[in-house]
Amino acid sequence: MTESRGDIMLRVEHLTMRFGGLVAVDDLSFTAREGDITALIGPNGAGKTTVFNCITGFYRPSEGRLALRHGDIAAWNWLEELTNSGKRSLVRAGHELHLLERMPDFLVTQHARVARTFQNIRLFPGMTVLENLLVAQHNRLMLASGYTLLGILGFPSFAAAERAAIEQARDWLDRVGLTARADDAAGDLPYGAQRRLEIARAMCTQPVLLCLDEPAAGLNPRESAELNELLLKIREQNKISILLIEHDMSVVMEISDHIVVLDYGVKIADGSPSSIRDNPKVIAAYLGVSDKDVAKVEAEVGL
Amino acid sequence: MADDAPASRVDTVRALKDAATIALLAFGLFLPLVGFQTTTNVRNDLILTTRWPLLFAVVAVAGFGRLAYSLVVEPWLGQRTFRTPGPTPAWRLQVSKWFVPFAIGFVVAYPAIVVAASGFRGAVKWIDNFGIQILIYVMLGWGLNIVVGLAGLLDLGYVAFYAVGAYSYALLAKTFGFSFWILLPLAGTLASFWGILLGFPVLRLRGDYLAIVTLAFGEIIRIVLINWVDLTNGYAGITGIPRPTFFGIPFNADDDGFAAVFGLEFSPIYRTIFLYYLILALALLTAFVTIRLRRLPVGRAWEALREDEIACRSLGINTTNTKLTAFAMGAMFAGFAGSFFAARQGFISPDSFTFLESATILSIVVLGGMGSQIGVAIAAIVMIGGTEIMRELDFLKLIFGATFDPTQYRMLLFGLAMVLIMIWRPRGLIATRDPSVVLKERKVIGADLVKEGHG
Repeated sequence: MTESRGDIMLRVEHLTMRFGGLVAVDDLSFTAREGDITALIGPNGAGKTTVFNCITGFYRPSEGRLALRHGDIAAWNWLEELTNSGKRSLVRAGHELHLLERMPDFLVTQHARVARTFQNIRLFPGMTVLENLLVAQHNRLMLASGYTLLGILGFPSFAAAERAAIEQARDWLDRVGLTARADDAAGDLPYGAQRRLEIARAMCTQPVLLCLDEPAAGLNPRESAELNELLLKIREQNKISILLIEHDMSVVMEISDHIVVLDYGVKIADGSPSSIRDNPKVIAAYLGVSDKDVAKVEAEVGL
Repeated sequence: MADDAPASRVDTVRALKDAATIALLAFGLFLPLVGFQTTTNVRNDLILTTRWPLLFAVVAVAGFGRLAYSLVVEPWLGQRTFRTPGPTPAWRLQVSKWFVPFAIGFVVAYPAIVVAASGFRGAVKWIDNFGIQILIYVMLGWGLNIVVGLAGLLDLGYVAFYAVGAYSYALLAKTFGFSFWILLPLAGTLASFWGILLGFPVLRLRGDYLAIVTLAFGEIIRIVLINWVDLTNGYAGITGIPRPTFFGIPFNADDDGFAAVFGLEFSPIYRTIFLYYLILALALLTAFVTIRLRRLPVGRAWEALREDEIACRSLGINTTNTKLTAFAMGAMFAGFAGSFFAARQGFISPDSFTFLESATILSIVVLGGMGSQIGVAIAAIVMIGGTEIMRELDFLKLIFGATFDPTQYRMLLFGLAMVLIMIWRPRGLIATRDPSVVLKERKVIGADLVKEGHG
């Protein structure tokens, strides 16, 4: 929907994921641009979450390359060099390039700065809302606490870092409207608030790419509208890109700049929301058509 | 009232029916077990005798017991569940506020109190068997609490690290003559090294599988200690382990001994009191470090790991390192406790490091409430102090006869206490969680939300 589109940030090339004989994702290629909200849609079992798990390092893809750029666009010039070098990342002044398929899950967040949420919410239910947000800043705080040693001895540098971390957490609590419940257990929050907290927690890792797995699942229409607003604000204020899996079309069509449609692990369409809305293949596979139009659509698609 | 009457009458009828059923069941069950007895007569023939009074006593106990349960206990339990918890009364807040300073004050003053109460001669037993013995288990409980309570990793072989600490001190002190103060940190380091070594293979395991591998690890260490006779002297153990000195001054009757240097009359109690304060300091160090760690990122990562490992990984936490630090930390404190144990006993053998010890320490942590320092300390006092006090109950011999030995029943009571606490408080004595950081108001987190960990 934005006028000037950003440069390519994430490049997914020939991604294939096999589980035994099952091909969950088959030769998928797409790109996500900087500052865009890219939606990944498709019927149940289309392989959307598998793609997410590959990008965030939870699965190691059977084949394919997942490249992420930070900073200057010139980084893409080094892509072949990095791939052939066998290393995970290439960091130069002004730009970084990361090959996500070579990283274990925690490094994807720590170094490549990709954060994610889960389809079934995964908070730390027995810890307070504030603690949840501090755990997300673990790596920075760990460094500030001198890998625990300085922290145990009570060095002031750690206290300062912790204050800053709490400040960042409080800022996010304000933005998702949970400040009043900061000291409550996360498991005590209502469902919608837990969804928002999970997004805030992911944002506390200071990502450049935020992957949201069905953030609107289980939300009522009003909460969905609030979610749209929150995501657009995050994109605008934090200058990050968002990758989104969603079934709720009111969310997808409203906020995404770019949609990729999957069916049985294969990409069947890729484009702007308006082009996707009119794409007959997508309509047949996913959005569905009214009974009287079936024959017409089938003719168009070539069935 | 008119409506209540029929209902309660029906209840009585039902209770009577239940009681009759139970009595009948007991009769059927105990008729062959209790009612008949085979004995031999003078001609060495097997004859059948009957014990009707005993049988009817057993049946009556079962029947009336059930009747009492349905008429008294059940209504009381039913009422209890409907009672809603009100606000915490003011006195309880006061108690919880002053409990810790009071408890620390008491344990610091404990030797003086005991000496005042029972004199030099009697005090040794009370300080050694109760004070030192309980504090060792408090320390071990707090150490294991890091692994089980905070990180949620079920470790059934914790005593292995205790053994590593004890043997490290014993062997190094005997062979090289290093002092206790050098070997204490060294024993901790060696134990945590073994903790990391155990950590590596079990990283991928969870729950029951993790428990079994840690159990096996504990047994491996013990069996190595038994069989590596050249080094450890096997079953016979190591004797004559050097005792700790008071910063170089030994506790003996010599002219340069502690008593002579300080111009006191020689008595073994000085060493006992010194050891008491030593283990107290070590236990308090464990508590202090654990409390500190909980508020550091590593402690929060442990708790997050207990809550949800996958979410941890999605937040960039290296779960491998986090688990290893938990194992290493827990093992280090066990190593400290082990070297203290060897120094206090002067003799160690593999018998001191059986699975039963691991089970005792783990049950202290579970009964106390996983993650709770105060709960673990109370559980250690009850469990270890309780078994020690059994030795003191000589008056029971007057009731049950001279052959009665109360210590024989300590495992029975141990088990009974465990069953009762698990019924009464399924998550341990203190099951609530105290947040590690607060924005505005400190709120205690209920046990139902806190996870137990999955491995």
